Amino acid sequence: MLLKNDNISEIINGKRVITKKPELLAPAGNLEKLKVAVHYGADAVFIGGQEYGLRSNADNFTLEEIAEGVRFANQYGAKIYVTTNIYAHNENIPGLDNYLKGLQEAGVHGIIVADPLIIETARRVAPKLEVHLSTQQSLTNWKAVQFWKEEGLERVVLARETSAEEIREIKEKVDIEIEAFIHGAMCIAYSGRCVLSNHMTARDSNRGGCCQSCRWDYDLYKLDGGKEIPLFDEKDAPFAMSPKDLNLIQSIPKMIELGIDSLKIEGRMKSIHYVATVVSVYRKVIDAYCADPDNFVIRKEWLEELDKCANRDTAPAFFEGVPGYKEQMYGVHSKKTTYEFAGLVLDYDKETKMVTLQQRNFFKPGDEVEFFGPEIENFTQVVETIWDEDGNELDAARHPLQIVKFKVDREVFPYNMMRKEN
Amino acid sequence: MKKPELLVTPTSVSHIHDLASAGADAIIIGEQRYGLRLAGEFRRDDIVEAVKIARQYGINVYVAMNAIFHNDKVDELGDYVRFLADTGVDAIVFGDPAVLMTVREVAPHMKLHWNTETTATNWYACNYWGRKGAKRAVLARELNMDAIIEIKEHAEVEIEVQVHGMTCMFQSKRSLIGNYFEYQGKVMEIERRKYDKGMFLHDKERDNKYPIFEDENGTHIMSPNDICIIDELTEMVDAGIDCFKIDGVLHAPDYITEVTKKYRRAIDLCAENRGQYEKEKDQLLAEIEAIQPKHRPLDTGFFFKETVY
Ligand code: SF4
Repeated sequence: MLLKNDNISEIINGKRVITKKPELLAPAGNLEKLKVAVHYGADAVFIGGQEYGLRSNADNFTLEEIAEGVRFANQYGAKIYVTTNIYAHNENIPGLDNYLKGLQEAGVHGIIVADPLIIETARRVAPKLEVHLSTQQSLTNWKAVQFWKEEGLERVVLARETSAEEIREIKEKVDIEIEAFIHGAMCIAYSGRCVLSNHMTARDSNRGGCCQSCRWDYDLYKLDGGKEIPLFDEKDAPFAMSPKDLNLIQSIPKMIELGIDSLKIEGRMKSIHYVATVVSVYRKVIDAYCADPDNFVIRKEWLEELDKCANRDTAPAFFEGVPGYKEQMYGVHSKKTTYEFAGLVLDYDKETKMVTLQQRNFFKPGDEVEFFGPEIENFTQVVETIWDEDGNELDAARHPLQIVKFKVDREVFPYNMMRKEN
Repeated sequence: MKKPELLVTPTSVSHIHDLASAGADAIIIGEQRYGLRLAGEFRRDDIVEAVKIARQYGINVYVAMNAIFHNDKVDELGDYVRFLADTGVDAIVFGDPAVLMTVREVAPHMKLHWNTETTATNWYACNYWGRKGAKRAVLARELNMDAIIEIKEHAEVEIEVQVHGMTCMFQSKRSLIGNYFEYQGKVMEIERRKYDKGMFLHDKERDNKYPIFEDENGTHIMSPNDICIIDELTEMVDAGIDCFKIDGVLHAPDYITEVTKKYRRAIDLCAENRGQYEKEKDQLLAEIEAIQPKHRPLDTGFFFKETVY
């Protein structure tokens, strides 16, 4: 393979194995998602605090929740990073010192930062925090990476516009940890260089107020001697800048061989079902490749599994070359997910084969459901009688978060999930 | 009273004569290989010529190297910087730290202006880039007057503010116009798109028209209005803002020259004869309105707007 980096593997008992395994970094919008991400195999989780992170409309973490998240992650040896990647305005400066000190006290491993204000303030008041440069800086070349290395940063997140070949060169020339996105929604603009929402809705995209204006429909015209000539026909879908979501599952082997240090899944707004599904699939891909890279093949189930939580089409984007119109969406911008999250396993009684489950979506006797989780291979099961907590028989599990019981033939474990085909 | 420098954007070498005569103190030029969204394309020969002309008039020449560079261009940055230094340009405008590193290596005395357009949003960041070697910070257009004045009060570098023209709202590396034509199967348009500067997106809900164009740096989408605050200069002049920029990208040379004349008058009056400025400023605004292209309404940008997040 052309892109192989020799420092990442060793021959053990005549077989090549990857000794430098990348970190799998997952998003979490709240404590429950954090726990799910860690439990499903993330090596690190990034979260947003109450301030200074993008996504002002996500339900972000309080400092107490962050501390609890750190304690939970520590039990698994996982790390917690906090996104602190706004481009601050003057009015955001007061309070920053205390906020960063609070993160350090909570035991956070590192922060993801774009603004030099926050970088230098963190160094001064919370020096134990690792500082990672956010993709908001749109880092696209090795020399800029060199600059940030000399500034003392531990890690940089590259712009999503960098290709495999470019990352290889960056890795070769600069000795710094590289984090790259592998999955999830993304900006179609260079990150940090889009203020569409500021103009269209008076919401500051670089402080978390982005309304995804790029995904709206527009009509394209040409001005010709004062006349406005439409560049679309009635039958055409309107002009849009909606990118397909990123999906680099097929490129994971190449990314590992390049020595990329952290593989990042996007989506702090996504459900626990999404986080669990995506994390567990990439966990399997990374583990399988690292154990036996030379005999590795992507398994069809993994691709199908990823599809079960996708509500938009996906594509590989810049890592594999410059994306064209097929990596964008015109007309339709989302699709219905093929599966629906139906319940979260709380407990299982091996004697009676009875599962205790928290309902997350309607299901009823006779439905075929699928269980998945890190301890089990996926399996399907037809639901029979459902009881409530007090042993009353139910005609269906109707209420969100309702605790129900029913029989499941195979053993399941707390945090395993149950989904249902739509 | 100190007058802010009046910085303008020529569309060609010969246009520099007009702009200098109209009262410009400085020009910004460059080529799309290194600079973003310029009013004209100035290759090396043109820059040499531009510097000669500028010297005759005693005005400054700044060259834009504020593109977002990928590895492929990093190696040639040194040669370009060396050329600019030899030619005697007065400053280089950068956004990417790769340019800063290169200037340190090959032309450590070259002045640098930091301009990423959207990310210069607080005084600390401006001073940070100052400590790294920048002499000037060009503020994000999405700031209001109070924020601008506060930045100036804390700034250890010169502060440049755009007072007129359109601003960039969006830059993508993708070929978004080309992709759309390709999606539609329009081969002819795909070929022509790079030369076509008259395209716009219509946002039906807001009834706004956003100019859109493609070049070597990707796809750019511009603001639906031209900023014009010729009648609102007082606070910034009093605060000692160092430079006012008129951005003429996608405008005709004569328009830029005329606007330059008006701002020359406005700045001079505002700094030297405040009473007369107060009397004349509405008239100056009306004169600009009179030459404004019909599809480009004027507004005051973010100067008097509240932005939430
Ligand atoms: S509008 Fe689109 S491109 Fe711009 S910041 Fe939002 S998601 Fe990114």
